[in-house]
Amino acid sequence: MVGAGAAALHARVPHTHPWDEPAHAATAQKTAHAGHGADGGHAAFRGGTAVDHRANGFDPHEVLRDFDWGTTRRLPSGRVVREWELEAVDREIEVMPGVRFAAWTYNGRIPGPTLRCREGELVRIAFANGSTHPHTIHFHGTHPAEMDGVPGVGAGEIRPGGRTVYEFEAGPAGLHLYHCHVRPLAEHIAKGLYGAFIVDPADGRPDADEMVMVMNGFDTNFDRANEVYAANTIGFAYMDRPIAVPRDQLVRVYLVNVLEYDPVNSFHLHGNLFDYFPTGTSARRGEHTDTVMLCQGQRGLLEWRFPTPGRFMFHAHQSEFTELGWQGLFEVA
Amino acid sequence: MEAHGATDRTLAGGRLGSVPRWVLGLAPLLLVAAVLAAFAVLDGPGLGERRGPPAEALAVERTVLRPGTIELTVRNDGPDAVQVAQVTVNDAFAQFDGAREPIGRLGSATVRIRQPWVEGEAYEVALVTSSGGTIAHDIPVAVQTPSRDVSFFGLMALLGIYVGVIPVALGMLWLPWVRRIPPGWLRALMGLTIGLLAFLAVDATLEGLELAGEGSQALGGPALVLLGGAVSYLLLTGVGSWLGGRRRSAGAAGAPGGTLALLVAVGIGLHNLGEGVAIGAAYSAGALALGAFLVAGFALHNTTEGLAIVAPVATLRPSVRRLAALGLIAGGPAILGAWIGAAAFSAALAGFLFGFGAGAIVQVIVALSPSLRDEHGRTLHPAAVCAVLSGMAIMFGTGLLVSV
Repeated sequence: MVGAGAAALHARVPHTHPWDEPAHAATAQKTAHAGHGADGGHAAFRGGTAVDHRANGFDPHEVLRDFDWGTTRRLPSGRVVREWELEAVDREIEVMPGVRFAAWTYNGRIPGPTLRCREGELVRIAFANGSTHPHTIHFHGTHPAEMDGVPGVGAGEIRPGGRTVYEFEAGPAGLHLYHCHVRPLAEHIAKGLYGAFIVDPADGRPDADEMVMVMNGFDTNFDRANEVYAANTIGFAYMDRPIAVPRDQLVRVYLVNVLEYDPVNSFHLHGNLFDYFPTGTSARRGEHTDTVMLCQGQRGLLEWRFPTPGRFMFHAHQSEFTELGWQGLFEVA
Repeated sequence: MEAHGATDRTLAGGRLGSVPRWVLGLAPLLLVAAVLAAFAVLDGPGLGERRGPPAEALAVERTVLRPGTIELTVRNDGPDAVQVAQVTVNDAFAQFDGAREPIGRLGSATVRIRQPWVEGEAYEVALVTSSGGTIAHDIPVAVQTPSRDVSFFGLMALLGIYVGVIPVALGMLWLPWVRRIPPGWLRALMGLTIGLLAFLAVDATLEGLELAGEGSQALGGPALVLLGGAVSYLLLTGVGSWLGGRRRSAGAAGAPGGTLALLVAVGIGLHNLGEGVAIGAAYSAGALALGAFLVAGFALHNTTEGLAIVAPVATLRPSVRRLAALGLIAGGPAILGAWIGAAAFSAALAGFLFGFGAGAIVQVIVALSPSLRDEHGRTLHPAAVCAVLSGMAIMFGTGLLVSV
C-alpha cells in the first residue's frame, strides 16, 4: 500500500518551511479530518492516505514560492545574461495517493521550474532532452521566430538525447508560460511539460508575499478527461496543509492555466476580493472581483490583502474541479 | 497392424509389466505437476517479463444503499491484482472503507463509500486504481436496500407464495376436468404443456444470459447458463432413469404418469427458483414495483404451470397429499429463490440458476413428448403442433403482463 507508507513517511519528515509554523501543521491535520464526515464536509482523498512528495521529488508547498532566478553574468556591454538548464525527463509520479502516473517533466517536477527574470535581460535556456520522446520548449512572450520552440522552425523538435539553446530578450513584462509544442500537443502538455515564466518590469513590483499557482489536471485513464485537478499538481495539497499568509500583507498570486481537455478553468477566493491584472502586462488592474475564468494558456496576477485572520478557501469555481482536487485554504494569522 | 499390436503388448506386459497399474495412471499427472513447478521456479524461462500495463478488471457484483453510504462488492475479473486507491462519486472524491489491500485474481472486496445520496437520483461511482484506471459503476436510481430482518424475509416468502405456490395450486384444480376428457384431448393438453414449457426454457435461457453478462466474466459469464442447463438436464435424466429402473425391478407395469408428473414438478420448481431469484433481486434493488397488477400477472402466467403437472396424472388416481407435494415441489422454490435473490444476489449465481431451470425444463419436454404420440405413432401430428403453438402463445400473452 503505497499511500499508507507515504502518509507515515510524510508525517516523519520535518517540513521546515519558513512559512510553515508548527501550530499550522497541527490545525491542518484537523482540517484534513473535518472533511471526512458522512453528510457533506469537503471532498478529500481517502482518509489516511497522502502523496509521497519526497518520492515525487517536489512538494506543492515548495513549488508555491519557488522562483528560479537562474544564474546571471554580465556581458562587456553591461547587459545581463540570465541562464537556466532545463531537461525533459520521463518520470513516474504519484498524482493522487496510491495512483502512479507516467509523466513527462521538465527537471523532474510538475509544473517545471518557475523561471523568473527582468524585462530586457538576455535569457538563455539550455534544453537537453533526456526523455524517450521528442520535445521542445515553446515560450509565450516575444522572441525571434527561430526561438519559438515549435517543430519545423529553428531547432524544431529536439530528438531524445538532443540539445538546443533558446535565447531571446525577455519581454514584455508580465506573466507568461512555457510548454512543449510537439504533436500530439494535448498529450505532451497533459503529461506535465509546462511551467510559469515571469518577466518582472524593469522597476519591479511592490513587495508582496508572492506565490505561483499553475492550474493543471491529470488524465490517468487516457479517456481525454481529467481524473484529478489541482493547482501545482497535487489535489487537496493546500487543503490538507493550508497556505500560511500574514494578515494585512499584500498577497500576489501568479496564476497560470495549463489545464488540458477542459475548455476553461477558474480561480475563486473566499471572503475577499482581489485586483486582477490579466497577463500582468499592465499596472492598471483589469477587474476587482473574487472569481476569474481562464482558458488554456491564459494567466494573470491576483493581488489582495487579508484584513482579518482565519481560514479562507480558494478553488476553481467549477464544483466538479473543486471536488476532484482543485481546492485549498489560506490560513491568515 | 500386427506389428503395432505386438509392440503394445510388449510395452504393457514387458518392461512395465511389473509396475502397478495405479502408478501408470498417476505418472502423467505427476509429470505435469513437476513440469509446472519447474516452470514456476524458473519464472517461465524464455517468456521474459509480460509487456504492457497491468490488465485491471473489476466486476461489481452487488450494490447496497443505506442512508449516507453506498456499498459495492467487487470481484477481480482480470489476470492481475487490482488496488483500489481512490473513489469518486459523481465526479467528486469520496471517503470510503475497505479494500485497503490489493484484490487478487477472482478475489472480492467490499468498499463502503460515505455519500449523502438522494433517493431517486442517479449516481456514477468510479473506483480509481493504483495505475490510474477507473472502473465505473452506474446506479440508475438510488433506492435504499431493504434491511435483512425477519419481516423482510417474511415479505419475500409472501411474494414467493403469491407468484409460485398459489398459481401452481390453482392450475392443478384443472385435474377433475382433465380426467374426463377423451384421450385425443389429453394428448392436445400435453402438447399445450410442452408449448408452455418450451417458452419458459427459451425465456429463462435469455434472461440467464442477460444476467450472467452483467456479472463477473472470469467465473464463466454466459457459459454458466449453458453449464447450469447441462447439469440439471443430466441430473434429471439420471434421476428419471433411476426411478424407471426401480419401478421396473419392482415389477410395476403401465404408465409412467406419476414419474412424469414428478419430473414436470421438479423441472418447473427449478424454473421457479430462478424466477424467484430474479424477483427477489429486483425487489431488493428497488426495480420492482409490487403492484397488484404484477402479482396478478405472475399468478396468471404461472397457473398454466399447474396444468402441466396434472396433465400426466390424468389417468391415475393420485392422493391429495401427493398432489399437494407436487404443487409444493413446483411452486415452493419461488420462495427460496426470492430469499436468495434478495439476500445474496450475484449475477453469476442468478445466471447459473436460470440455466439450471432451463435445462430442467428441456429434460421435462423430452420426457413428456412420447405422451403426444397418437394411435398412428406420430408425435408431431397436426393437433399436437397446434397445441404446442397455443401453449407458446399463451405464455407469450401472459408474459407481457409481467416484464420485470
